Amino acid sequence: MSTEVSQIEELANKEYKYGFVSNIESDTFPKGLNEDIIRRLSAIKEEPEFMLEWRLKAYRHWLTLKEPNWANIHYDPIDYQKISYYSAPKNKPKLNSLDEADPELIKTYQKLGISIEEQKIFSGVAVDAVFDSVSVATTFKSKLAELGIIFCSMSEAIRNHSDLVKQYLGSVVPSTDNFFASLNSAVFSDGSFAYIPKGVRCPMELSTYFRINAKNTGQFERTLIIADEGAYVSYLEGCTAPMRDENQLHAAVVELVALDNATVKYSTVQNWYPGDKNGKGGIFNFVTKRGMCKGVNSKISWTQVETGSAITWKYPSCLLIGDNSIGEFYSVAVTNNYQQADTGTKMIHMGKNTRSTIVSKGISAGKSNNSYRGQVRIIRRADNARNFSQCDSLLIGDKCGAHTFPYLEINNSTAQMEHEATTSKIGEDQIFYLNQRGISREDAVNLIVNGYCKEVFKELPMEFAVEAQKLLSVSLEGSVG
Amino acid sequence: MLEIKNLHANIGGKEILKGIDLTVNTGEVHAIMGPNGSGKSTLAQVLAGRKEYEVTKGTVTFSGKNLLELSPEVRAREGIFLAFQYPVEIPGVSNVNLLKTAINEIRKYRGEEELDAMEFMTHLKKKMKLVEMDQSLLSRAVNDGFSGGEKKRNEILQMAVLEPRLAILDETDSGLDIDALRIVANGVNKLKSPERAAIVVTHYQRLLNYIIPDFVHVLYNGKIVKSGGKELAFELEEKGYDWLKEQKELA
Repeated sequence: MSTEVSQIEELANKEYKYGFVSNIESDTFPKGLNEDIIRRLSAIKEEPEFMLEWRLKAYRHWLTLKEPNWANIHYDPIDYQKISYYSAPKNKPKLNSLDEADPELIKTYQKLGISIEEQKIFSGVAVDAVFDSVSVATTFKSKLAELGIIFCSMSEAIRNHSDLVKQYLGSVVPSTDNFFASLNSAVFSDGSFAYIPKGVRCPMELSTYFRINAKNTGQFERTLIIADEGAYVSYLEGCTAPMRDENQLHAAVVELVALDNATVKYSTVQNWYPGDKNGKGGIFNFVTKRGMCKGVNSKISWTQVETGSAITWKYPSCLLIGDNSIGEFYSVAVTNNYQQADTGTKMIHMGKNTRSTIVSKGISAGKSNNSYRGQVRIIRRADNARNFSQCDSLLIGDKCGAHTFPYLEINNSTAQMEHEATTSKIGEDQIFYLNQRGISREDAVNLIVNGYCKEVFKELPMEFAVEAQKLLSVSLEGSVG
Repeated sequence: MLEIKNLHANIGGKEILKGIDLTVNTGEVHAIMGPNGSGKSTLAQVLAGRKEYEVTKGTVTFSGKNLLELSPEVRAREGIFLAFQYPVEIPGVSNVNLLKTAINEIRKYRGEEELDAMEFMTHLKKKMKLVEMDQSLLSRAVNDGFSGGEKKRNEILQMAVLEPRLAILDETDSGLDIDALRIVANGVNKLKSPERAAIVVTHYQRLLNYIIPDFVHVLYNGKIVKSGGKELAFELEEKGYDWLKEQKELA
């Protein structure tokens, strides 16, 4: 047993592959948050008046709120006056060609293995790349425009599509929703916006890569995706961040809206810097993601692979308002070393015959803590609601923790609920068995972990599934001796 | 092919193997018998490279290489296969996936081209017939929810697919009914060739009705106390192990 433990510890070491800093000059606000900062931010972004008012309202509400402390995570208090709320690359490249972008930036993407050029040519993925706070490259826009699809940065949407923004921004996650959502509403710097018109099936996966670069700047992304009646869209979000000593705050808000017969699929691969093996540094990922199945027969599906961040606090949820609407949540959350994750979902059944599926796979290694927290609520008039929940935990080593907090609130007797939960451990005997078949230790762990995550990975678009598998092996590198 | 000289091994500070000498040549089938606790399974595990066992003395050479220096996966790629006494369950990993990964790791090591999905399936189907295994077991997770007999047959299937140069069967017969025993034995016999060898570890003689050994060795208290031809197995079946223990203690 003791050899097993020491071997596990031995391998519980891994360098963050994406730890580098780009040398791009930045325009950065002084640290601190007040109404002037918000006015300045809104002015720089040339926002219409309603937006400034919206931000200020959110800020004033935020001042009345207390940081939540119910999650199973622990960190030193954040001083919100020590954060700079805006940072943009100085040489803002023109959007019509990538050749005009800062070569440093292109290099950054190449190091991350997400060369936009390559993606353009090979995968047909339109990439709206968010570098720090400003979108610097938007591709495939014209192709999408032919179909009436709007895919642009949030700043651009606020300027050019203010009617849609006015109608839907905050309609799923109100600016008063929670501490971090209010903060985001006040100071969000940029993000992605997508609108798929009636009856249009978006012909490609829409994608965004987020990246925190400048030192001591919070990243406050705001994403809004609207699928009009009968529309379909699949959106991919991937994140990697370079190495930093200070903890950085990432408080994003994502809102999805699906009208009658519409489907929105949202996939995330999150790989923010998790901190070093002693728990120093790393991103605080405090995110509010929510989808609203507003119309009948609508569907929202969340798939997430969370491998990074020092702390993850995130519950992509579905409001099932339309009759027969469907909510799905597929999650793999990996924690290693000193990472903490408190993640899960909320499925709120409000319409009749609504269905939801929750598949959560937690993997804990090192000295990390991994919690699943999920709520299924069925309101009184939601007849014939159905939910299936499956929460599995996999432990690697014996110094990590896995926790499950399921909450059920059922107010209608026609509801059908199923809940399954398992906890398992990668055993030394399993690894030896695979070794004896010619498979190395690392490959054995990958085989077991990928097998364990199979149900979630099959929900990811093909190219993302491959990336997720790779990421998982990188994240767990060294977790088993 | 395999040469074991004066092998001593401990687990948790307790000496289990106390000087094993054994030579296995290609084309041979060796049976290792002995009472419970004599060190039979330990020998099998030490040859496969289980880290919990510490080799304190002696040498093991396999095809001219110092086996004790090699990691378990390299031993496997060199052609050593252990059919486990207690096959391990691996939820989530399908049998097919395990076998395909394993065979290609071994082929890569030997500088052979990896099998693609089609070639692999053709190879696999041929071997499935050999162990009379139902196709549905292939897509199921490795040994997960398998009956005792299915697990043992799965070991033999893996052996048949990987075509090892030295197969070590660790009490593969225990807990098998007579039909399963015949299938397991058939799998081993089909693998027999002038280039390969097998070590069959067993407590009972009955498996040796199906797998005819060239040599029988009796392990007692960490040492081989008697070696002979296949007739030794019958003698043991008749007389039990006690007469050997007495002989040993007299000596």
